[in-house]
Amino acid sequence: MSDITKLSLTELVENIKNKKLSSTEITKAFIERSEKSKELNAYITDDFTSALDKAKKFDQKPNLDLKLPGIPMAVKDLFCTKNIKTTAGSKILNNFVPTYESTVTENIWNEGAILLGKLNCDEFAMGSSNETSFFGNVQNPIDKDLVPGGSSGGSASAVAGQLTPITIGTDTGGSIRQPASFTGTVGLKPTYGSCSRYGIVAFASSLDQAGPMAQNVKDCALLQEVISSYDTKDSTSIDFKRNKYSKELTNNIKGKKIGIPKEYRVDGMPKEIEDLWQKGIQYVKDCGAETIDISLPHTSYALPTYYIVAPAEASSNLARYDGVKYGFRAKGENLIDMYEKTRSEGFGAEVQRRIMIGTYVLSSGYYDAYYLKAQKVRKLIKNDFDEVYKKVDAILTPSTPSSAFKIGEKTNDPVSMYLNDIFTVPVNLAGLPGISIPAGHDSKGYPLGLQIIGKAFDEQNILNIAYAMEEKINFKNKITDWWIK
Amino acid sequence: MSIDLKTIKHISKLSRISVDEKRAEKLAGDLNSIFDFIEKLNELKTDKVKPLTSIAETTLKLRSDEVKSKNIREQIIKNSPQDNEDYFVVPKVIE
Repeated sequence: MSDITKLSLTELVENIKNKKLSSTEITKAFIERSEKSKELNAYITDDFTSALDKAKKFDQKPNLDLKLPGIPMAVKDLFCTKNIKTTAGSKILNNFVPTYESTVTENIWNEGAILLGKLNCDEFAMGSSNETSFFGNVQNPIDKDLVPGGSSGGSASAVAGQLTPITIGTDTGGSIRQPASFTGTVGLKPTYGSCSRYGIVAFASSLDQAGPMAQNVKDCALLQEVISSYDTKDSTSIDFKRNKYSKELTNNIKGKKIGIPKEYRVDGMPKEIEDLWQKGIQYVKDCGAETIDISLPHTSYALPTYYIVAPAEASSNLARYDGVKYGFRAKGENLIDMYEKTRSEGFGAEVQRRIMIGTYVLSSGYYDAYYLKAQKVRKLIKNDFDEVYKKVDAILTPSTPSSAFKIGEKTNDPVSMYLNDIFTVPVNLAGLPGISIPAGHDSKGYPLGLQIIGKAFDEQNILNIAYAMEEKINFKNKITDWWIK
Repeated sequence: MSIDLKTIKHISKLSRISVDEKRAEKLAGDLNSIFDFIEKLNELKTDKVKPLTSIAETTLKLRSDEVKSKNIREQIIKNSPQDNEDYFVVPKVIE
């Protein structure tokens, strides 16, 4: 049955529960398709043999009360998986085999899912195109030589290309929503503190969040329900009442107030994006919601703020890669020489660049001018959101200022690459939830996404709006299987 | 504002990342264009703004100080780059 991989997560779960499909059949189908899809370079490490064993074991004694019964799933290679190599897309972790499991993946396996393998990503999640990975760039299933976005590029490619029914990524400045937008998939960045960061390779600790990437909103809601949990192993995990997101999902958004921020109408934004946004506004109105023009006056300061805060935290987090306790070690004449060579040979160019920026803005004499300044502006950005949320329930914006670009198109100009995240970064700085849903195509036939931003802990509301809009949009992803010979 | 090669050398030393001349020049160029972009923040007056120190405005929970992971020495040194049964091995530090 070759159509198994075309089914959504929700459909696969139904088929398993009705005993129309076994976990073995499903797992086999995704493994076969993954094996035919090497050209996408979506996987860094596969665990197919063991996945099949686990599926067979599941079928012998299936527990159908679980939320993800016998469902195979590949995950971003930023999540530590016990006894399975975890690289974060870096040479420096190329030989790292965790002896423990991240909380988010543990939650997934506890609900019956089976690990298919680890998916490619930008090195330490630093990138917007998956081109900074030590393991090579990832192809977008939409078209050859097109980037899938980043940093969760392998995850986006694997979901859009149907190599996995669903996946998880991480989002520090847009790393779930931007690749979701570039590949015609749904990506949710939850509220900061919703999903535990325990066992996720750290990039910028005050911004990092794990979240689901899916083919549709319902699947996304189901996985969010599984991964979101309070965890004492992450001191920033927040103990709040979590909804049963998939069960409580409704397309009734009548009377909801949705803000349209004028500052997201940026210079040079293609007309296609503006048109898409207008269409989105019409869709939410058609669903009975009300739109209100709002202002988030500090929006244009978000990206410069991010490029101080994120590298500062990264330079501190990545100090642990010194070649002593784990990971790659270069030979050195003495201890200091060993550190310097290990980090110089082990980290790629983008990671080194960001460590350098972070070290500089935290260094003596520059801390106040850069880091402290950025934390103050971050407060202003958060205040903007707090202010508008007195009037609106959610905010609707485009997900990205353009559709997916070609591999190599932006690699020589870091600032133009950073501008990709202009609409997604403010959400991370303010710790809010945001979801990107596919909403149309540009003239080249490439997918475009719209983003719905919610109040903190209000994932249910943005999932509902996304669900209602999805029905109206009726988006069909144009996947031609060009990479399968 | 301009980041010169001397500054790059200084940051590279602080970062413990060795950088040769050619790479230092490239980095200076990249960092200057990034900092030109960051300078935009100076348009804002922030003297009276309190910096954001925690994104989630909750107080940290206290917990009892208990050992939860016991006898995991083997696990901890399992990924050590240089094999030794009991220690992490580094190049000689004391002459």
